[in-house]
Parts: sequence; structure tokens; C-alpha cells
Amino acid sequence: MRAQFFQFTQRWKSTAKEAMDHTILFAKFLCLLHVTNNYLCSPTLVYGPSMLPTLNLTGDVLLVEKMSHLLGMVGPGDVVLVRSPENPRKTITKRIVGMEGDKVTFLVDPNHSDRSHSLVVPKGHVWIQGDNIYASKDSRHLGPIPYGLILGKVFCRVWPPEGFGLLEQ
Amino acid sequence: MATPNFLFGLAKKCFTVGLINLTVSDRYVSLIAIRGSSMSPTFNPHEKKSAAFFMDDYALVEKFCLEKYKFSSGDVVVFRSPSNHKQKNVKRITALPGDWVNISSSHDVVMIPEGHCWVEGDNPACSMDSRSFGPIPLGLVCGRVTHVLWPPHRVGKVDRKVTAERFSF
Repeated sequence: MRAQFFQFTQRWKSTAKEAMDHTILFAKFLCLLHVTNNYLCSPTLVYGPSMLPTLNLTGDVLLVEKMSHLLGMVGPGDVVLVRSPENPRKTITKRIVGMEGDKVTFLVDPNHSDRSHSLVVPKGHVWIQGDNIYASKDSRHLGPIPYGLILGKVFCRVWPPEGFGLLEQ
Repeated sequence: MATPNFLFGLAKKCFTVGLINLTVSDRYVSLIAIRGSSMSPTFNPHEKKSAAFFMDDYALVEKFCLEKYKFSSGDVVVFRSPSNHKQKNVKRITALPGDWVNISSSHDVVMIPEGHCWVEGDNPACSMDSRSFGPIPLGLVCGRVTHVLWPPHRVGKVDRKVTAERFSF
């Protein structure tokens, strides 16, 4: 009787230990996934007309690299993923036109007039614009965007397959 | 003597701990040291000239609110400074999108735009907040301060405080 009980607890212990080990391994895997997603690179689906010649209307899967904005290595010409200032749950993809201290000149309303306006981007902000200036909601409406809202730099297109490759600046 | 095997194991352990630490502090809770007297009655209540690191307040920051970006006025939040993305500030949200804010210096009333909030320090005498840089995007917020942890005699919850002088329609 006693031997049986001993055997039973022994077996139960080993099962529990195994389950624990698996759970820990799984948790570690999730942590690795989170860190890769947030600090190395992650895939994103973008769609909409605002970046038209560069990115398609119907939806592209892009790889976004999350290191260079932390190191301050993004510059004019880079396509970046930005948390929308109007709705923090959404992200927008635009191209950086000017960094802090740069003077930018832009058409206020290219659909109706060719009035242009220029200003100096304030400290800690960037000026972003879509490639399709006729259908893009960007810094011309939102004003300069704080650098802290940049989430990553787009460097590669994965989908559709015929558009696969690095994005040019 | 340290064998290569032992060193490898140690490096692996450090890496795992780092991963878990980073994940937890990004997604769930983290610690923050609060410097300066801009939140004076709530944090760092007494004037002190000798700024030693153990004299600062340490506070617990929860990150669950970042999933939906739902805040209520009176919450104490940590956000990236709009003019310098490397710097994090701790202030109290006093108005949310759609609220009207009365700026005491110029006697203006401004409405907070969509996706923004108005942050102010509890100590208006020395606080760099929305009164100088205007409303900030909610996307810059990176956590909500819930508890004071360090000076042992003030351990406790940070309460939500709504200043009554604001008005909303």
C-alpha cells in the first residue's frame, strides 16, 4: 500500500515537473516573439491610396524594422510606420520629408490651387507626407509629427510576390 | 575555473532573463524613477537640494491601458516628451478629446482635438506641460502610474484627482 502511494506521488511529481517545464519553455518562446516583433522587425499590412506609386492600393505586406528609429537613424526619404496622432490604435505609413530644423515647402491643397506654404519643422518633430499628395492625410493636415510616434522603418516588401524586394528611398 | 560550457550557460541565462524582463516591462508593468518636483504633492513632495538617486520616488507603471488607449481624466501617465523622444515625463491628464481647456495665461479656450489629451503637472509653478507645448497625441503615452513604491512611508495607490476648474460642454 505504502509503496504504491509512494510510486503514485513520484509519478505525479514527474508529470507536474514536465508540464511546468513545457509552460516555461512556451513562455520563453512568447517573450522571444515579443522582443523580435518589437525590437527587430515585424510584418505589417498596409493599404490605401496615400502612397500610391510606391505601395499598392489594395494592400501590401511590408517588413518593418524597429531598430533604426531607436538609434535615431531615420532620415528624409525613409518610409516609416507612424502611430496616427488622431487615433492611437491606428498606424499610418508615410515618407519622411523633413527632420527637425529642416525647412519644408508644400502645396496646401494640390487639388484646387497651387498655393504653397513653407515652415521650419520644430524640435523633436518630423514632417511626413504620402507619395500621392492628392489623396493623403499627412503632416499637411496633421502638422509636424512628434518623433516618439514613429514605430519603425519600412525596408522590404513581401507581398505581392511580383513586388518583392527592398524599397527604394 | 570557468569552463566555456559554464560561460555559455551563464550567457544563455542572462539572455533569457533579459528577454523576460523586456517583455514584462513592455507589456505589463514596469518601474520608473520620478525626478523633479513638477508633480509635487503627489510625488517628491518636499523640496530637496541634494538630489541623490535613493531620494527619488519610484512608481509602478501599468501598461494594460495601452491595448485600447482608454484613459480618463485624472490619470497620472508616463509619456514621451513631444520635443525629445528619449525623455519620458510623468504628468496628469486633465482633459481628453472633445473637452475644452481654459488656458489661464492667455484666457483662451481651446478644444482638445481627436486622439490628443491635455497633460498638466500637479505643481503648476514648475512644470513643463501642455500649457507650454499644447495638447499631446495619446500615442505618446506609454503607461499609467498606479502605485508609489519607494519611500516606504508613502507606499500606496496614486489616486485619480480631477481638478474642478475645468469645464466641458
